[in-house]
Amino acid sequence: MKFDTPATTNPIDQMQVVGHPLNRIDGPLKTTGRAPYAYERHDAVPNQAYGYVIGAAIAKGRITAMDLSAARAAPGVLAIVTAENAGPLGKGNYNVAKLLGGPEVEHYHQAIAIVVAATFEQARAAAYLVKVDYAESQGAFDLAGAKAAGLGPSQATPDARVGDFAHAFAAAPVQLDATYTTPDQSHSMMEPHASLAAWDGDRVVVWTSNQMIDWSTGDLARTLNMPKEKVRLISPFIGGGFGGKLWLRTDAVLAALGARAARRPVKVALTRPLIPNNTTRRAATIQRIRIGATQDGKISAIGHESWSGNLLGGHPENAVEQTRLLYAGANRLTGTRLAQLDLTEGNSMRAPGEAPGLMALEIAMDEMAEKLGMDPVEFRAINDTQVDPSNPDRPFSRRQLVECLRLGAERFGWVGRSARPGTRREGQWLVGMGMASGFRNNVVMRSGARVRLDGQGVVTVETDMTDIGTGSYTIIAQTAAEMMGVAMDKVVVRLGDSAFPASAGSGGQWGGNSSTAGVYAACVKLRETVAQKIGLNSADAVFEDGQVRTGNRQVSLAEAAGESGLVAEDTIEFGDLAKRFQESTFAGHFVEVGVDAATGEVRVRRMLAVCAAGRILNPKTARSQVIGAMTMGVGGALVEELALDKRRGFFVNHDLAGYEVPVHADIPHQEVIFLDEVDEMSSPMKAKGVGELGLCGVAAAVANAIYNATGVRVRDYPITLDKYLDRLPEVA
Amino acid sequence: MTKVSFTVNGQAVALSLDTRTTLLDALREHLQLTGSKKGCDHGQCGACTVMVNGRRINSCLSLAVMHEGNEVTTIEGLGSPESMHPMQDAFVRHDGYQCGYCTPGQICSSVAILEEIKAGIPSHVSADLNAQPRVTPEEIRERMSGNICRCGAYSNIVDAITEVAGRQA
Ligand code: FES
Ligand code: FES
Repeated sequence: MKFDTPATTNPIDQMQVVGHPLNRIDGPLKTTGRAPYAYERHDAVPNQAYGYVIGAAIAKGRITAMDLSAARAAPGVLAIVTAENAGPLGKGNYNVAKLLGGPEVEHYHQAIAIVVAATFEQARAAAYLVKVDYAESQGAFDLAGAKAAGLGPSQATPDARVGDFAHAFAAAPVQLDATYTTPDQSHSMMEPHASLAAWDGDRVVVWTSNQMIDWSTGDLARTLNMPKEKVRLISPFIGGGFGGKLWLRTDAVLAALGARAARRPVKVALTRPLIPNNTTRRAATIQRIRIGATQDGKISAIGHESWSGNLLGGHPENAVEQTRLLYAGANRLTGTRLAQLDLTEGNSMRAPGEAPGLMALEIAMDEMAEKLGMDPVEFRAINDTQVDPSNPDRPFSRRQLVECLRLGAERFGWVGRSARPGTRREGQWLVGMGMASGFRNNVVMRSGARVRLDGQGVVTVETDMTDIGTGSYTIIAQTAAEMMGVAMDKVVVRLGDSAFPASAGSGGQWGGNSSTAGVYAACVKLRETVAQKIGLNSADAVFEDGQVRTGNRQVSLAEAAGESGLVAEDTIEFGDLAKRFQESTFAGHFVEVGVDAATGEVRVRRMLAVCAAGRILNPKTARSQVIGAMTMGVGGALVEELALDKRRGFFVNHDLAGYEVPVHADIPHQEVIFLDEVDEMSSPMKAKGVGELGLCGVAAAVANAIYNATGVRVRDYPITLDKYLDRLPEVA
Repeated sequence: MTKVSFTVNGQAVALSLDTRTTLLDALREHLQLTGSKKGCDHGQCGACTVMVNGRRINSCLSLAVMHEGNEVTTIEGLGSPESMHPMQDAFVRHDGYQCGYCTPGQICSSVAILEEIKAGIPSHVSADLNAQPRVTPEEIRERMSGNICRCGAYSNIVDAITEVAGRQA
């Protein structure tokens, strides 16, 4: 089905099942420990051996020698695979560094070997017997140094300019020119990257934990130099991804190579201390923001430049994306600058671009509002735009930013905020409120599904879509139930298998809307097939209560399907609506913090997000996406930072003790409001993404609340004690 | 190899194990009870939480051979999809999970902390160490802080625990 004109009325609009806050259908499995994740597939194949991955101990250089003799002789060892004995390997389209390094080492903890043994304990012990000699060479690890050396825009990503920024900024009566930094971050999903691989002749099946089945099936085939048809990936349950599992990673490659060498199935999980330096990271940024405005608060010039670093062949962190679109202003400059750094690949982490971009931009807006003597909500509202500021002929499909901000301000009690920072005191606590706009683009991706109807009236959906905690199982079941007119318990959803039609996958908050639109398309076909089978005109057939009827003729779906059942398959494909209209999602984030007047400890006391993100397919799971993102936002504001050793080129705090993420005690009760909205431009579902929107702007709202509480402005994330303790107001 | 026997969810088990095997791997790899999760293998995340003799522990930090004669309860022992423990049911209704990977550990901890509060064991946020602690959101958050949820379901988890505690009271 081609989606190239705005959606009109369709069966989803009935909202009999879609739009209801239903419990997750995978809930009973997950809460009782019966949902099997990749490393747990004892049921899949017998005789599984264990792989243990060795990471390089240098950031850049060459392996000069590897002595495997002691490891080979260790008890239980079945095989050791290195680049030297693995045979020729290709590289995935989506990978920058090789997933099995050597002799060249491209980054610290790049995988250089897998040791396969009969047990986990034997594999681990043997791995420590492998002796590796390196010739280390000088790597580049210093982003600030590269910036200071004058790093400018590249030809591949030139600056985007509208009007005359330099002139307008210089002429603006009120100006802000400030620089902000965000650190490297690690996804830290709770389930480590894990895979089980089993060969059958020249075919391989990999049970894995991956967000994008089709991409990664193709990339595993490319890496192993084999046809894609001979590779099968299965990933029905994924213990979190956040962008870290968008790609084929070394667990899958080394499980496959290890299994080939050991001639039996092999499973591999990356150990936690390997993950931050071996897998991808969110790249640190340095961001310079300039805003010029008239005395009455109209932005006349806005400029945003962002520096980040990556391996050769990697992309910049696009932290300026939202600044092209979020606020009005006739003169604009946005651009990225990319340093070549020999750190593990920088790539997508939840809301890539916008998450770090808004961490900076939304502090800048707070600072600007203060310079203007305006309320921060008001300042944002008067600079709203309903069209793409670089192309006024291109309207937003639906933009309710101001509505989000105003409703949020009302519900949060924003009037109670003291405009003068550092003036509200409750006992030991300095109390402040902060807010920020949330913005994240809505992306649509082609997505396929197959739908079967059987002789019991049960509808089974098959698609390689994944559920990474987002609720895909449930919203897909809701979509099929709505379309076919059956109850939820008559729908079975099977996901995450490359044998199923290729879907949008889970990433960039495109999965929910795109994959359900694919299921919608397949269901439209199945409705036609059903109607045809029983000789009805599908245009006026009504699907309801497990029946299909026109006029006074009524047949049960079970009967229509008959013994042999019916099946339909289709793919939703998107036309140019997303080009003609700017499709984005919006939020207002509000935070109240207490800062201990003596110790400087920050406690987040209240949080509210108001979101406008099209039709909300399931308010319960959507709300969970948003509170989870808000939690990650608190982490970004206060604790999360991969600490870089600039001498040796690696992240030092590479486990869950050193890389801090929020825990229960850090997070208060969280409120989420969804505005009533449908977006006819986005898909037949009229939905948009929401899982990343919830993160965008949160950290800045926390930062602004800390400023409001203390009068101390920190422009360098995370906002840790060492950066402000000496600037706190005198304790009275 | 060393022999060890204990009970898991009421069933007697006898294993012959490499002494380096953790309790977590004994459960996951040898008994194929994969409900207990391995998030870090270093005592940093709580995904491996199980109850031993009625008290919760990080099973990744404990060698299996140390548990001779012990009674181990895992998430599988609390309930099944057909017959869920009230805490499992509350997690489903409050959506106290997303990816589900931290969830068995969260649920084992949830059940255990309510027992700890009942038993009068104070926490860092208990104002009076001698008074009977109460089930407040602060007490729940403090006691649950060894169980990381990167999906960020905390707010819902506290709601689920509060509800179950209220029904028990
Ligand atoms: S796996 Fe035991 S605490 Fe993380
Ligand atoms: S539900 Fe995913 S980590 Fe808690």
